[in-house]
Amino acid sequence: MAEFTLPKNSTVGKGKTVKADGATNVRPFHVYRWNPDDGENPHMDTFEVDMDNCGPMVLDALIKIKNEMDSTVTFRRSCREGVCGSCAMNINGKNGLACTTAIEDAKGDVAITPLPHQEVVKDLVPDLSNFYAQYASIKPWMQTQSPTPEKERLQSHEDREKLDGLYECILCACCSTSCPSYWWNDDKYLGPAVLLQSYRWLIDSRDEATGERLDDLEDPFRLYRCHTIMNCANACPKGLNPAKAIAEIKKMMVERQG
Amino acid sequence: MAQAKRPLSPHLQVYRWGWHMAASIINRATGVALAVGTILLAWWFVAMATGHEYFATVQGYAGSMIGRLVLFGLTFCLMQHLAGGIRHLFMDTGRMYDLKINTSSARFTFIFSVLATLGTWFAAYKVMGVL
Repeated sequence: MAEFTLPKNSTVGKGKTVKADGATNVRPFHVYRWNPDDGENPHMDTFEVDMDNCGPMVLDALIKIKNEMDSTVTFRRSCREGVCGSCAMNINGKNGLACTTAIEDAKGDVAITPLPHQEVVKDLVPDLSNFYAQYASIKPWMQTQSPTPEKERLQSHEDREKLDGLYECILCACCSTSCPSYWWNDDKYLGPAVLLQSYRWLIDSRDEATGERLDDLEDPFRLYRCHTIMNCANACPKGLNPAKAIAEIKKMMVERQG
Repeated sequence: MAQAKRPLSPHLQVYRWGWHMAASIINRATGVALAVGTILLAWWFVAMATGHEYFATVQGYAGSMIGRLVLFGLTFCLMQHLAGGIRHLFMDTGRMYDLKINTSSARFTFIFSVLATLGTWFAAYKVMGVL
């Protein structure tokens, strides 16, 4: 049975407020904090960021907070241009990448929490081990039986186009962790990101393991826990549509029964 | 120092609701309510078969203020579940996944169910000659 409330050790308390000295144009950022070493519950710290002296993106504000206000604030980031997927987090109630979310687009205060319903390693860093293990379980590589050709395996332009809207996925986990179905069953349901990746190989004209891949998904949980809630497509920072990919897999399941 | 057990990050507590999310959970909740409503319907049929006197008693319950409120709620559940069900039927065929169309279709299920519920009750009272 799904647990709708947070466990006792996870309820979020109120934390400190750090003011920006001498700044006139400030924006409050409420940041989720949890320190594995102090034995306390998580809490929200408030940082009043000087907007006259800050970059435009939420990630700019986080880096400014870490540089100037509290160096212990912990988060993942790398490319700062929406390519690596490291800075995925929940910003004002919606999952997205801090580096491609403009502060301007958020109304009022900005509240930042880790990707939802994940174990927290520290502050905004969630443990994504299960997510990566599920990705590995779908064998995300090309599988073939036919003899290896002398040159590369060719693909028509039309077949290549079928991968558009799929290959762009950066595995940031924004979609999977936005999905209530995944929250309640992340041990058994693969979730939108992994299923989109699964479809990326199912629809690839060069892959020869389509039957086995579909066999692996034929299970009450792995694929069919998608109830088309559509949080995934609404969250994807790359504008992809995992729900649509899942619907296409379900169609393939029906079609192969003839 | 011993490491504390990792907390679970906030989920329902922080996630911002959209029409798509509301339509999904409402479809499930109305389905459950209708299942309970079917028991009431069965009771009504049983009363009908039992005899004139008992049927009049049950009709009395149904016609009371609370009875009417329950029936009004069940009418809404039926209409909302109908609209949501048709929306899901389209989605099962791979249609209506475009975000704009999907969100407006979710919103439409609510507009439909409110209007259809009010319309049904208006028509019913009209037939009864109350209005």
